[in-house]
Amino acid sequence: MTTRYNFAFFDEGSKREIRRATLKAIAIPGYQVPFASREMPIARGWGTGGLQLTLSLVGKEDVIKIIDQGSDESVNAVNIKKLVTKTTGIQETHNTTEATIIQSRHRIPEIPLKEGQILVLQVPIPEPLRYVEPSEYITKRLHADKEYSGAWLMLFEQIMKYGNMSTGADHPVSVNERYVMAPSPIPRFDNGKMNSSNALILLGAGREKKIYAIPPYTKVVSLAFEDYPFEVESFEDKRCRICGGKAVFMDELIDEKTGEKYYQCNDSSYCLEKLKSELSA
Amino acid sequence: MERFEKPVLIVKNLRKQFGHGCGECEALESDKLKKNYCPVCGTVYGCQDVSFEVYPGEILGVVGESGSGKSTMMKCLYFDENVTCGEAYINTYKNGESNVFEESSQQKRYIRNNLLGKVYQNPILGLKMDFSSIGNIAEKLIAAGSRRVGEMEERGRQLLEHVNIPVFRIKEEVKNFSGGMQQRVQIAKALSNNPPLLLLDEVTTGLDLSVQANVLDLIKEIQHELGISMIVVSHDLGVIRMLADRTIVMLNGRIIEQGLTDQILEDPQHPYTQQLVHSLL
Amino acid sequence: MAYVAVKGGTIAIEESIKRLKYERLRKREILSVKEIEAGMRGLIDQVMSESSLYSEELAAISIKQGEGNPEESVFLLRAYRSTLPRKHYSRVVNSEDMIVERRISASFKDIPGGQTLGSSYDYTHRLIDFDLINEKIEDALEWLERFEMETDEKKDNVHGGKMPKVLDYLRSEGLVLDCRENNKEPKDVTKKSIEFPTERSERLQVLTRGQTGSVTTLGYAALRGYGALHPTVGELRIGNLPIYVDNPLNDSKDDEDSFYIGEIRVTEVETLIPIPIEKERGKTELEFEIGYGMCYGQNETKAIAMSILDYCLETGNPKYSTHDEEFVLLHIDSVEATGFISHLKLPHYVTFQSKLDSVRKTKKGE
Repeated sequence: MTTRYNFAFFDEGSKREIRRATLKAIAIPGYQVPFASREMPIARGWGTGGLQLTLSLVGKEDVIKIIDQGSDESVNAVNIKKLVTKTTGIQETHNTTEATIIQSRHRIPEIPLKEGQILVLQVPIPEPLRYVEPSEYITKRLHADKEYSGAWLMLFEQIMKYGNMSTGADHPVSVNERYVMAPSPIPRFDNGKMNSSNALILLGAGREKKIYAIPPYTKVVSLAFEDYPFEVESFEDKRCRICGGKAVFMDELIDEKTGEKYYQCNDSSYCLEKLKSELSA
Repeated sequence: MERFEKPVLIVKNLRKQFGHGCGECEALESDKLKKNYCPVCGTVYGCQDVSFEVYPGEILGVVGESGSGKSTMMKCLYFDENVTCGEAYINTYKNGESNVFEESSQQKRYIRNNLLGKVYQNPILGLKMDFSSIGNIAEKLIAAGSRRVGEMEERGRQLLEHVNIPVFRIKEEVKNFSGGMQQRVQIAKALSNNPPLLLLDEVTTGLDLSVQANVLDLIKEIQHELGISMIVVSHDLGVIRMLADRTIVMLNGRIIEQGLTDQILEDPQHPYTQQLVHSLL
Repeated sequence: MAYVAVKGGTIAIEESIKRLKYERLRKREILSVKEIEAGMRGLIDQVMSESSLYSEELAAISIKQGEGNPEESVFLLRAYRSTLPRKHYSRVVNSEDMIVERRISASFKDIPGGQTLGSSYDYTHRLIDFDLINEKIEDALEWLERFEMETDEKKDNVHGGKMPKVLDYLRSEGLVLDCRENNKEPKDVTKKSIEFPTERSERLQVLTRGQTGSVTTLGYAALRGYGALHPTVGELRIGNLPIYVDNPLNDSKDDEDSFYIGEIRVTEVETLIPIPIEKERGKTELEFEIGYGMCYGQNETKAIAMSILDYCLETGNPKYSTHDEEFVLLHIDSVEATGFISHLKLPHYVTFQSKLDSVRKTKKGE
């Protein structure tokens, strides 16, 4: 028994179904469209939502970039990239500008995206109200009624308890003044990049079987009270030890020899590009 | 009863049935029903045909035994249950010209959040037990559109102080509070958005006598200060006597008698009311 | 150092995969797919059932590749299943048409057609058979020959083939409510994701695909105390069901014109649950409600547990999570549960850094 897989793994019918859900998602920004999520050759929770989006969209001319936690070379990114290139034979790149489709887990690249590019984000929990309300039946109705007190209340309680909003990544956003949406666990630092983005942003949750989208140039606002504005992670006066870059999201590291804390760009391809351009200058 | 004021709330022919009904019982001729129960199909008529008005600044008492339909009526008015049929008009909503039972669920939420407040017999239904008392009040304010933490905190403090919750406990989760305290938090929450109409459902039932007196005093005080209209439901005529200007007596899902509270207490007409009044003496 | 772990991934993965292959081969023995197919019926049945793909051969390959780990084998088969186009749908399958091999009822001793124990572990003593260490193929073949001769002789007085259903008997006695046949096309949860409230066809599909252990555990919980339930197995039957598809070249939908494409071996369970029913004029009668379970292969415990959960979800009861369709249906899938739990192994450096920032901020605020 020998079997061959179709271009981009799925049969064409499945791809079309996923694209249909994607189109609906684009038409209703921020709304979670249920779709018949397929089992993938990588595990649920490891990026199957993003991968299904990528595979349903990819054509022979596409150039793909896949990153995990800001890194092109992380094991999971490599693993997903391997699957995409193995089943499609398309070209891959680390260069953000070169890519037509960028699949990412937990980061939006530092280099601004351009029109025509598609950013695919992997989502573990697509429901921004899940921690307030466990039932899907109920959260669906809350969205329909635009009833988001739960999400706000969560932030209010944090301020009462800690003096500040203490969300980490995945700080909820309001999309097109209608739906409250989980931006996937990107750091708050990246939330702003979603607002009026040049590129199309698609979000896929494989295990939870939802696709949602932010079409280009859509208004995306991070939830915050008027007197407690939204704040991003602070890397003030921190510089990358490798490229000297600043005002980007940094990884915090400890030098094993000296025991000293140092910083490094989290977006590894940004860091390399910067280094390269400085060397050639 | 002639009044020149426009009612805050008009309810007409409210019916709430549990069960499909059948040819025998649907016409609601009372001789076909056994109390509020159809012996043929087993349908229960929680409210058969309830009509009344509430005027600005008055407390309307609703008295009746358990199973008489008082709580069902209150659930319908607060949209906790959908009515089978009937009409209700609130004068501050669309000029009192729209039957609120027929509004969309989004509009019903608006009405709940902005125009009504409710205090349940069981605080679990009215409060989020895992949240602080100030958070509980903020929830109602957030739902009504408030987005300033400072203002909400200020308003919450005022209200909680008003209902005698010590300031140093307002950030504590309400599940740690005693029954009487929880009831007072509920009242503060219901009042937080200055609703024109407050619904109180057996709010003192199950509390010990001194706490009961305390809560009743609070309600009277609030009514006196703020002039909010209220519907107060109780099986206890004593509570009604203390609070209500006018009273409705319910039995088997119907209103059997209504009038000024004094009048009903001194000269009850219906045999059931007579029995009720006698038991009070 | 943490950072190294997310760089240089390509080589690390290659080495890890080599290492995995080494683990499979290091004892210098190779299991053939045929051997797995022949000797691991229990695992094959479990894997096919959880994968919702009926192919003993593919299951055997997956078991070999996953080194006998059902979680891994199911994962492989499910992923493969995603690539298969749905070319035909079978005609409605009636379980009365089952070629029955085993069939028991715990409700009635004397069921029409009689009880057939068939092959079962139920009455074996669970003593390790040390003779299996040195089992010889010659002995096995000899035993087989004798066994087959014996069964040939007995064949005449054994119910080979179809058997009436116990439930039909109960219906004719008026003990079980008669219900109309529902041949509405079932919803397919692998084609359209479920939305709540679900239809029964969706629930049954999710349950039959459920991880054997999860379905058993939740069924057990409903039986033991987290669900007021006292079921009896009305009928448990195992056997082969013939599958037909309509002639794709015309629309006649004619019995004569359909194609037989093979058989599947399934376990079917119908449990009876006594329930008080309110009748007209306030009378209450006891009647039996039915819970239904069906799984690929011989998966008896799972099928019984499934029938319990089917009933639980059909009635719903806010008191018990075993009756909550979201709780049950969203958590019993092997691929989903194992995937999400194992994803915790993925790096979360960015999210952690972000949380760190919040923690520092709240400390500063003090």
